[in-house]
Amino acid sequence: MSDNIKVTIDNITIEVPAGTSILEAARKIGGAVAPPTMCYYSHLKGSGGKCRTCLVEVSKGSEKDPRPMPKLVASCRTGVMDGMEVKSITSEKVVDARKGVTEFLLLNHPLDCPVCDQAGECHLQDLGYEHGKEGTRTEFERRTFEPEDIGPYIQLHMNRCIMCFRCVFTAEQLTDYREHGILDRGEHARISTCISKSLEHDFIGNVIDVCPVGALTDKTFRFKQRVWFTKPVDAHRNCTNPNCCGEVRLWMRGDEVFRVTARKDEWGEVAIASNGKPGWICNECRFEKKKTSDWVIEGPSNISRHSVISQGHYNKNVHEPQVELLAEVIGKQPVMKMDIYDVSEVNKPERHLSQIEGPAHSEDFK
Amino acid sequence: MKLLLENAHIEGIRYYEAYRKNGGYRAVEKALKMTPDELVEEVKKSGLRGRGGAGFPTGMKWSFLAKPEGVPRHLVVNADESEPGTFKDRYLMEFLPHLFIEGMIVSSFALGSNASYVYIRGEYAWIPDILEQAIAEAKANGWLGKNIQGSGFDCEIYVHRGAGAYICGEETALIESLEGKRGNPRIKPPFPAIQGVWMRPTVVNNVETIAAVVPIINMGGEEYGKIGVGRSTGTKLMSACGNLKRPGVYEIPFDLSVEEFIFGDEWCQGIANGKKLKACIPGGSSVPILPANLLLKTAKGETRYMNYESLSDGGFQTGSMLGSGGFIVLDEDQCVVRHTMSLARFYKHESCGQCSPCREGTGWMYRILKKIEYGQGTMADIDLLWDIQRRIEGNTICPLGDAAAWPVAAAIRHFRDEFEWHITHPEESQARNYGLAHYADPLEVVA
Repeated sequence: MSDNIKVTIDNITIEVPAGTSILEAARKIGGAVAPPTMCYYSHLKGSGGKCRTCLVEVSKGSEKDPRPMPKLVASCRTGVMDGMEVKSITSEKVVDARKGVTEFLLLNHPLDCPVCDQAGECHLQDLGYEHGKEGTRTEFERRTFEPEDIGPYIQLHMNRCIMCFRCVFTAEQLTDYREHGILDRGEHARISTCISKSLEHDFIGNVIDVCPVGALTDKTFRFKQRVWFTKPVDAHRNCTNPNCCGEVRLWMRGDEVFRVTARKDEWGEVAIASNGKPGWICNECRFEKKKTSDWVIEGPSNISRHSVISQGHYNKNVHEPQVELLAEVIGKQPVMKMDIYDVSEVNKPERHLSQIEGPAHSEDFK
Repeated sequence: MKLLLENAHIEGIRYYEAYRKNGGYRAVEKALKMTPDELVEEVKKSGLRGRGGAGFPTGMKWSFLAKPEGVPRHLVVNADESEPGTFKDRYLMEFLPHLFIEGMIVSSFALGSNASYVYIRGEYAWIPDILEQAIAEAKANGWLGKNIQGSGFDCEIYVHRGAGAYICGEETALIESLEGKRGNPRIKPPFPAIQGVWMRPTVVNNVETIAAVVPIINMGGEEYGKIGVGRSTGTKLMSACGNLKRPGVYEIPFDLSVEEFIFGDEWCQGIANGKKLKACIPGGSSVPILPANLLLKTAKGETRYMNYESLSDGGFQTGSMLGSGGFIVLDEDQCVVRHTMSLARFYKHESCGQCSPCREGTGWMYRILKKIEYGQGTMADIDLLWDIQRRIEGNTICPLGDAAAWPVAAAIRHFRDEFEWHITHPEESQARNYGLAHYADPLEVVA
């Protein structure tokens, strides 16, 4: 008997080892089938199950017990069974539930993307684009907190936090002692240290990498650069810390290193390093080594061609003159979320600016 | 017929002497002569269902307990009775602590638990003392500790005080809290029967369920199973409160009709101050509210009885649940919108903040309800509320999300006209209540 079992997700059948979660199986298929994740992190034990964005419908439990599961299940914490049939984007219930969860997550999330360091690589932005809907139905004040310095390198913007608990698991599993955690409960639950402690462990900087939103920010990088203006470059150095893999991604503009992060895979998680372990990096690599001379440059990072970062044309295969349709560039048909002319009379396409004599007046655009 | 509260009126029953004189600890004597498997079989035969709310068959739960070699097992009793409207366990523990302890010893023996825990609600500050005294008395008389009554079975009972969180009544959150951690529900599976306290197999039962094991062993599972109606066997403690002439804790047979329970002379004696019955929550704040016409008769026109099946007849469209037995009665002067708002506030306050639909949704629902209650709502708010509760229900880690969504859903389903009246008459609604709702009208079913 082979250890592999068959599971069907959105009518695509795949064989996976027993004990795999539905989410990991869906990621093997890839594409739009893979449910979005905000709290699950494959390298952190115990993570997942909290954000509820990865809910899927199990329409057939297994070959032995074909009953469907009564509720939507969190795919990150549900194991596959032989012959299981799962519906992700093909289920209306799932799509509706994800829409709901996205709305809940954005309920108290400030819309400060224009000043947020995470913008451009934010999982919540992606989620909102994929599963959210335009407009808001809430009219109440958001919960607010003051930004808090936790340690010499990290600043916490609790307003943006979506309570994924990833940073708590990171501190628990990568460092010797966890000094931050969840205080209070319900809506008032927040990440903090007790009381006003400083996070100083060698590996605590990794909480910035695991944060899906801009709640935990790198103080050496804050407000210096938008991520899409910087170029990611893979580099390494011989780090003296035995637990640090020393393989990083430099975010450069010109010769200047603005930011150092761990290398990430297509799911936004820390990639497996050459030593076969997750490539967590130490604080020294992350915060102290900001000169190109500190690093051995390997070359441009292999970023998905569809990422907004690769639109900066640093990657040579984009240099070749070629005409691409928008759909080819972003890898899917663009979704028309809103037609601007539905809400605005300004700049009607039939009226060209050159037809206006003299300085334009608001009446010209009516 | 009384099985649990039979001796509750006896002077000094709280203490060992009087309890023993009135037939106490006979169940332990009997149980120690049987094997644990036989005991589980007896409980299975009795058809006892969990009294904490969900009504899961206790015998089944016990038989699911994993029994790996060399790993201790535990019995944890959920005395974190925080559901608004429910206070039956408090009565039981306060006045009949030895009955409860006796049930725990028998259950611990049946499950092979050498260390059993009572997780008691923090607000019940005086009850741990009562229990600890009863435990000390039982120990002094050889019913607890090492080698109980020469049977070779060791058992200790520890009373653990909670810190006042509703969420810790959820079994996995209770286990986390018992372990000394933050009371966040765990993600299931694994279920506590496989990995519970300290990752050991654990059974979590309600206080009343454990107490009901005593009459089951005394009279035999089959005999117990004959009492009651259908799959609701035995008796149930109901804590009646609200606008009743005689609120309190009652032990009811399952063939009692709801009408008899509210208006009967032996029971609650009707609505206080000669008012009319408007609505009722039959099983603690989490279950759907029912208007009077649907409470006394089911949608098919049959009489509704106080048991698991009859109260849930018609599903959530026209029925409710027996739940934990917190029977809250509202008279014609009560405002359903305000009532729903205060429940929503409770769930907002008690949400643990772990999963997003519950953390964000409960607060949102409360704010919308507050807006409607204070005359600033719009018709779209009612539909929005419906949409929010629909997206919370079933999408959360633990049942608190459902518990927060159901009362709001039921209030809109049955009392939509009252919500609309609040919106169309913002000023009038501040001055007076909607009064006796048109609850007898044919139902407008909101899909």
